[in-house]
Amino acid sequence: MIVTAWIAEGTWPACVDAVRVHAPEAADVVLLHVSGPDVPGLAHAAYAGLLGRGHPEHDPGTRLEDLGADSAARLLDSAARRLGRPCRREERSGRVEREVVAAVAGTDLLVMARDGDLARLGPRSLGPVARFVVDHAPCPVLLVWPAAAPDVATLPPPPPH
Amino acid sequence: MLAGAVIRPFGLPEAVLAVPAAAVAVGSGAIPLEHAREEAARLGPVIGFLAAVLVLARLCDEEGLFRAGGAWMARVAAGRPRRLLGAVFVLASAVTAVLSLDATVVLLTPVVFATAARLGVRPKPHVYACTHLSNTASLLLPVSNLTNLLAFAASGLSFTRFAGLMVLPWLVAIAVEYVVFRRWFRGDLAAAVPVPDGAGTPPLPVFALVTVVCTLAGFVVTPALGIDPAWAAAAGALVLAVRALMRRRMTVRAVAGAAGVPFLAFVLALGVVVRAVVDNGLADVLGRIVPGGTGLPALLGVAALAAVLANLINNLPAVLVLLPLTAPAGPGAVLAVLLGVNIGPNLTYAGSLATLLWRRIVHQHEHDVDLKEFTVLGLLTVPAALGLAVVALWGSLYVLGG
Repeated sequence: MIVTAWIAEGTWPACVDAVRVHAPEAADVVLLHVSGPDVPGLAHAAYAGLLGRGHPEHDPGTRLEDLGADSAARLLDSAARRLGRPCRREERSGRVEREVVAAVAGTDLLVMARDGDLARLGPRSLGPVARFVVDHAPCPVLLVWPAAAPDVATLPPPPPH
Repeated sequence: MLAGAVIRPFGLPEAVLAVPAAAVAVGSGAIPLEHAREEAARLGPVIGFLAAVLVLARLCDEEGLFRAGGAWMARVAAGRPRRLLGAVFVLASAVTAVLSLDATVVLLTPVVFATAARLGVRPKPHVYACTHLSNTASLLLPVSNLTNLLAFAASGLSFTRFAGLMVLPWLVAIAVEYVVFRRWFRGDLAAAVPVPDGAGTPPLPVFALVTVVCTLAGFVVTPALGIDPAWAAAAGALVLAVRALMRRRMTVRAVAGAAGVPFLAFVLALGVVVRAVVDNGLADVLGRIVPGGTGLPALLGVAALAAVLANLINNLPAVLVLLPLTAPAGPGAVLAVLLGVNIGPNLTYAGSLATLLWRRIVHQHEHDVDLKEFTVLGLLTVPAALGLAVVALWGSLYVLGG
């Protein structure tokens, strides 16, 4: 059995903890991180907007790509330490939601965290990226709250008849 | 020529195309030699000022000022993403105002990204803040943006008067950005889990900080003594350059490289070419559209026109085109142009020259930015920030006198 935990900034400890609780002892655990191109892309665009500067070697977007790779490796190290059992690390880069879906083909369980509005129960607790993954995952999904789940009182009122 | 500057065939510097284009403009008689010389004489000191600020910023980076800024942001944030956003806003606004927008884009953005990564915070809102503030927060001082330096020379304002009139629009525009960012990115600003990276706290580069503060004081004092404030920037850059050379941190070549000589040549050539285009009919066409007077509706009209033009042809050519048309109406109109060309570029991806840039960027980095998010964020911030900043400028002109 393969259990994949999607490790994302800010929400990963809950995923690792869920693996520790729910994955069988014999399962192979994969820690997956995907670096999106959008943030370095912003820096590329800002530099391109500075007309006449030339010097592509000064383009901060390239620096952000390098820094992103470093921080992804550190993130997976931290996650592996917290997991405290043997695991495989997988680093990917590209459109995050599509890379996650592609990476979990053949997996028996995907563990992932909500990434939207965490203050109340409801559809907005999933951001666009996590929403895409939940909707398209080709495997069972364990969806966890990054911190304590909001109170049931935050449930929206039922629609009028 | 603008297309050439964007595409940069064979990776050539922009100046390689721009300088011959300027030579053709002069040679073909599109611009009289006298006008070209006049333009060069006007742009010369501006370019010198720009070079000094670029070198100053680069040397501050060498001294570790930006790394120390990263440590400061991490300390202020204390692991909370919303506080980090506040710290990024303060630092990016200050760096843009004092060391120019180039410093924020090239030197500060990587530090902000690394700080966010270390705090375990999603980096997107903070990197977005750098890119937006490099435009919006470049209103305050003549040195904050090349567009300001060009307008400063044309407006006849003193350094302190320029800053005095722009401080309120600057604060208002930044406040609008902050309010929109807090709401738009509220999901991304919710979570943080620190990731240890073993990096210690870098020491505060007191020497660089004192030099920058002295340079700022120099901007205020030099005009009173009848000296061009560009010399204050040059002195600041010189002090740090001598220190870096003595400590063998940098070579003379690297310091000279930081001045960006091809860029300076490009600006000069662009000025000559734009003057030729303006002389040959553009002045008549745009002269009919540019609102006259300095009432609030006129200022709003000028700023909106400048913002649209900045999105069509990039803000550097836009300011060169609009300055001669608005300068006769007084400093109020010139400053309204600046609000438009400085805040406006946040509206479109890479400040536009749309299709050309688009093709170049798509080839280089395939569909990497969420264009919808970029544009919606631009639509939420730019009209509100621009409109309120113009009202603030109008109020400042009223109180301080145009």
